[in-house]
Amino acid sequence: MTDSIKMYPPKPDRVYLFGTCLIDIFYPEAGLAALSLLEREGIDVHFPDDQTCCGQPAYTSGRMDEARDVARRQLDLFPEPWPILVPSGSCGGMIAKHYPHLFEGTDDAARAEDIAARTFELTDFLLNVCHVRLEDKGEPVQVAMHTSCSARREMGLAEVGPQLLGQLSGVTLKEQAHAAECCGFGGSFAVRHPEVSGAMVQDKVAALSETGVQHFVTSDCGCLMNIDGCAQKQGAKLRGEHLLSFLWQRTREDRTHD
Amino acid sequence: MTDTHGAVPFHPNVRTALDNPQIRGNFRRAMDGLMDKRRLAFDDWELDKLRTLGSAVRLNALHHLPELLEQLDTRCRANGIQVHWARDGDEACALITDICRRRNARSVIKGKSMVSEEMELNHHLEQADIEALESDLGEYIVQMAEETPSHIIMPAIHKNTREISDLMHDKTGTEPSLDARYLTASARAQLRERFMNADVGISGVNFAVADSGTLCLVENEGNGRLTTTVPPCHIAVTGIEKVVPSLDDVAPLLALLTRSATGQPITTYFNMISGPRQPDEQDGPEEVHLVLVDNGRSEVYQDEELAETLKCIRCGACMNHCPVYTRVGGHAYGTTYPGPIGKILMPQLMGLDQTPDFPSASSLCGACGEVCPVRIPIPQLLVRLRQESVDGDSLHPAHVKGHGVKRGRLEPWIWRGWAWMHRSPALYRLGTALAARFRRLTPSRLGGWTDYRRAPRPAATTLHQAIKARRTHRRPS
Repeated sequence: MTDSIKMYPPKPDRVYLFGTCLIDIFYPEAGLAALSLLEREGIDVHFPDDQTCCGQPAYTSGRMDEARDVARRQLDLFPEPWPILVPSGSCGGMIAKHYPHLFEGTDDAARAEDIAARTFELTDFLLNVCHVRLEDKGEPVQVAMHTSCSARREMGLAEVGPQLLGQLSGVTLKEQAHAAECCGFGGSFAVRHPEVSGAMVQDKVAALSETGVQHFVTSDCGCLMNIDGCAQKQGAKLRGEHLLSFLWQRTREDRTHD
Repeated sequence: MTDTHGAVPFHPNVRTALDNPQIRGNFRRAMDGLMDKRRLAFDDWELDKLRTLGSAVRLNALHHLPELLEQLDTRCRANGIQVHWARDGDEACALITDICRRRNARSVIKGKSMVSEEMELNHHLEQADIEALESDLGEYIVQMAEETPSHIIMPAIHKNTREISDLMHDKTGTEPSLDARYLTASARAQLRERFMNADVGISGVNFAVADSGTLCLVENEGNGRLTTTVPPCHIAVTGIEKVVPSLDDVAPLLALLTRSATGQPITTYFNMISGPRQPDEQDGPEEVHLVLVDNGRSEVYQDEELAETLKCIRCGACMNHCPVYTRVGGHAYGTTYPGPIGKILMPQLMGLDQTPDFPSASSLCGACGEVCPVRIPIPQLLVRLRQESVDGDSLHPAHVKGHGVKRGRLEPWIWRGWAWMHRSPALYRLGTALAARFRRLTPSRLGGWTDYRRAPRPAATTLHQAIKARRTHRRPS
């Protein structure tokens, strides 16, 4: 991966939302929060009904035929030249960074390049294209943030989450030890190498818990499911939430006081 | 190495390592220290530019590899260095053994060389009744313990001071001590005598300079200098990929190597060997040999994408930053090169069938690729090798040795089913809606996942359903 300068477009009127299959099935509230946050910025959000999965599970398992098969269907979903927003660094990275490689030399290469170029991770888009200004309406709270490896390294978004949280006056962000280290999810890695993956997530839960927070946020559902699931299994107090859900809940007008 | 005894038993090794708190503690502490040192070493450098330069230098050298090797051969011979070519490790070992025999050598002193580990040189020499002693402190410890290196730069990093003290007490009678200086001094005294009496010195090479026939050797302990100057015969052994066009190419690579490896701006010793002792010189070996070892590298070279593996300058930064390596240590891999570089190099050298669990043993977190001083796209190459493991791309047929080892009988059908469902939006929506509807039936045990985590349970409605409901709700009646 080369370090290229990222170009942001001016704030558009319309965008596509690619919800990701994990949000679809396990964390729909994060997808709805994304919708609400974007609409509050005056953006018309189109959610193509025929979206399924970006194809990453097959891609990282080396099953390129199946990955291409599923990814090709997603290429059909975005006919207008609007930005494509993905509430995940991992799935966003799959489309923005790996689709061109996946379709290289095929009839779909140009389409894949086009779609890759207008795909953005959603929190990055809120911060750097919408220039969102968040007004915190919640009680003071301390949270920690886990930035996914794909958001951090593949998409170069390590600063985005902390900057958004920094806009919330009642939120204190605590940093855990080894913050940049992987939580051990890695998709099929967690299934194929459960012992190493398990050791990694246990260390991550310990590091987050040691900051003294009871809540952590992350903008990737794989990490969320992994870390939160481990904390639950251990009976730890730590609970996780998608960053978008957290941002929306803290700033919505009709917020009920907790 | 296990290439004659079947595939590397990675999973059992991992379990043993994870159950050993000593190993986990030793590696975590050591790797944390190395990561800090590296970060500080690059504080005042434009690191990304330097990495881009390093990558370009290595790529350029690889593009011209055949010509550069011929030039190196010519220049070295002109300098009085005897050059030998070895197709594989066994051939290299035989060449080296022959040189030793011809000189009636009984005692060999060795500087650190990973390629000599790769070809199990010490074992070969031992069989020829030639005693080889490792002189790098870490290698010396590992050899004494009858182990193999657990890290390519710090071979004994898996041992703490107490373990080393106990070992040296048992094997050399050194008084037990937790003072690392005392232990080092004891090793130094014992090694010094061996340097003086050795018949042959064997070293590795960090950079072989083609246009001047210079062999560069990077080291910290002075053992490399002694190995290459005190014995009457010096044999340098290296993989064929270590050649660079000129000394100009060495500067950026050296800057990257020492900072990435140990956080040093420069090592204590940097040796540039350009030939045997000249008539007007007082010291140095009377004979210098260079053994160029292929051992599978030219096969790696054939594939443009995988050939990037050969850019490696063996700094070890990828292992220092790897969350998997940090937890299981180098021995779990059971191969000469462990960690991320091992996971892409060993399957290509040994065959995927010998290292079936290597490509998948990564969360693809990207830490290795982020720190690699020559920008080897390690995560991308891991994905490529996963594809090779399952013969997963009909557009790019697999060709790495042992490909298809993980194809499986059931798995292809699972993936076909997965693809079928995810390319049919109606079927996908039905499937996910059913998962939401019957969420309480989600199994509570899901293989290895639930050994460490609670099983995830689908939400009551899918995002598709929730958005549909939202649209209906908002539509003016």
